[in-house]
Amino acid sequence: MSYHIAVCAGIVPDPLQTLEPVSGPQGPALKNEMMLPAVLDPWAAHALYEASHLAKNVPGSKVYLVSLAPKAKLQQVLMTMAQKVAFELVALDGPSSGFTESADVASALAAAIEAIPGLDRSQLLLFGGWESAARAAGTTLAMVGERLGITEQFQGVDALKVGADGSLEILERVEGGKHQVSVCAGAPAVLGWATGSLPEPPNSPQTGMQNMRTVMPALQKAKPAQVGAHAFLSVSLPKQQRTTRIVKDVPAAEVAREIAAWIRGS
Amino acid sequence: METILVLLHPDAEGAIAKAGLEAIAAAHGLGGEVIIGLVGGNAAGAAKVIGGAGRVLAVEGDAFSQSRYATDAAAAQALVAASKAGIVMAPATSRWSRCLAGVAQRCGGRIDSHITAIAPEGVTRWYYRQRIEATFTRAELPWFLLLESGAASAWQGAPCDGTFERIAVEAAPRTEVKGVVSPGAGEQTVKPEAELLFVAGAGWTKKQKDGAAHVERAGELILGIVRTAGASLGSSKSLVDLSGEGQAVLPFLSHLNQVGQTGSTPRHPKGLATCCHGEEPHVVGWRFIQDRRAVNLDANCGWARGKADVLYVADAFEVMEELNRLLA
Ligand SMILES: Cc1cc2nc3c(=O)[nH]c(=O)nc-3n(C[C@H](O)[C@H](O)[C@H](O)COP(=O)(O)OP(=O)(O)OC[C@H]3O[C@@H](n4cnc5c(N)ncnc54)[C@H](O)[C@@H]3O)c2cc1C
Repeated sequence: MSYHIAVCAGIVPDPLQTLEPVSGPQGPALKNEMMLPAVLDPWAAHALYEASHLAKNVPGSKVYLVSLAPKAKLQQVLMTMAQKVAFELVALDGPSSGFTESADVASALAAAIEAIPGLDRSQLLLFGGWESAARAAGTTLAMVGERLGITEQFQGVDALKVGADGSLEILERVEGGKHQVSVCAGAPAVLGWATGSLPEPPNSPQTGMQNMRTVMPALQKAKPAQVGAHAFLSVSLPKQQRTTRIVKDVPAAEVAREIAAWIRGS
Repeated sequence: METILVLLHPDAEGAIAKAGLEAIAAAHGLGGEVIIGLVGGNAAGAAKVIGGAGRVLAVEGDAFSQSRYATDAAAAQALVAASKAGIVMAPATSRWSRCLAGVAQRCGGRIDSHITAIAPEGVTRWYYRQRIEATFTRAELPWFLLLESGAASAWQGAPCDGTFERIAVEAAPRTEVKGVVSPGAGEQTVKPEAELLFVAGAGWTKKQKDGAAHVERAGELILGIVRTAGASLGSSKSLVDLSGEGQAVLPFLSHLNQVGQTGSTPRHPKGLATCCHGEEPHVVGWRFIQDRRAVNLDANCGWARGKADVLYVADAFEVMEELNRLLA
């Protein structure tokens, strides 16, 4: 038993950047989108770390990183990501904007995964983030799974344990800060990861060198993906800058009294 | 106007959660024929409660009472086919959020999630994790919409006779649902219905003015407020991440408490941030917190810059000692 783990991961603007919407020829976009520093989508990055961890523990397994993004920006992001875990890159050239159509992205990703030479679909684990930090919809991965005919799907995954019989015990986030525990008979399955439990792996120049042998050719042959967007009526930043009342040099007891009254609604 | 199917999962007693009643009201607000699709639970009981909202179709049976992709997707797909709906709405529960994108794919439709407002002209949702708000519409059908709570007021109607049509669905899932567990120390600290969100930041674990950290006392003070105020406990990423780095941390916190960019975006009428700097990746998770207050030693922290209504420049240890006494 070994797995072929395809991790779908886009790139998103670094969360510390200020974002401003503008209208572009293909619909809404971000101001200076190509100039904003980008990172691998955070929840998808957790999925990648979990995939790598699983592949190390199940000999013969292989990790594919499947990414649809402007290839020049993807290359920049991979300069650091490629040093963290070993993977084979499957790249598609196209927009990484949150305003694009999730169904189109799913169609392109599913076709790219189907075309991976030697992929064993019966042992496929389709990983990704349960939501991106761009569209933040949590819809793409499920559609990729459906296109690949995978009917066992999990979202908001924080833990995966493989049993001796190949069964998969999965913890998914549900309401009220709890986890649902499910046992799936085995691959194929879709796992949309939340935070998981692994820290960000340290950079390893050796892993980076090894990855770069496949990353550069994959980027060179990245096919353009057909990704559209639907019609937007309005796109805007929130208007809710608050007027902050700053309370200073007041004894703690008085602050506590004011907060207590506020909590009690008086 | 298209026929609208509202998907709901009643519980074993037939009760429909508030978010489900809001979805019914939102559907009626659009003006088309409304059909209710029930999956699992006690359909007869639920039909008595919501039958006045429209024709009721139901997929019943043990396999469908559990929250699981294979069975929920098969049931929803059958209900969409039976209803011939052009618009399919559901509350954004973890259960519907897990399966409806796949169902949209099966039905050749489109899906939009995290809908915060809905009107005949278009729907509204946030992009880039609550940073940019957009309103749009679509031509493709069926159009699936996952509604956030608060997108409409709850539907109200008189109880009725509970008539419903049973839809037969076959399913052979390869997944068994074992149950639900709470992480960490077992106490439930995430409470979606709470009036107050109490956020703890990494400052609680930092060296204080006496030169020492007081993590144990911090834990007691935080839990004290969570218990006495009935608050939901949120956290910054820095604080929950500390546990991964082997530092002394608060045992009752996990990533499920994390609010922000890579955490949750909870909905509460009030929020109180303590020892949290109020950086943008954290504060995007406060988008739906109405009244916001913060306690921080730093008068120039993020909260001071239009992110909170009130910032108390004060020592959170001292304030929370007193607040615990006042609320006890
Ligand atoms: C990709 C990415 C995603 C991220 N996602 C998130 C996210 O989802 N959620 C999130 O929270 N962050 C997120 N961040 C991190 C974010 O940028 C901040 O680093 C983090 O929120 C800081 O946490 P903090 O305010 O608790 O800690 P700190 O920045 O360390 O602030 C501690 C605060 O405590 C105050 N303090 C100390 N002692 C006291 C006292 N006795 N009384 C009162 N105040 C005191 C200090 O003045 C200070 O303001 C993300 C970052 C990145 C790069």
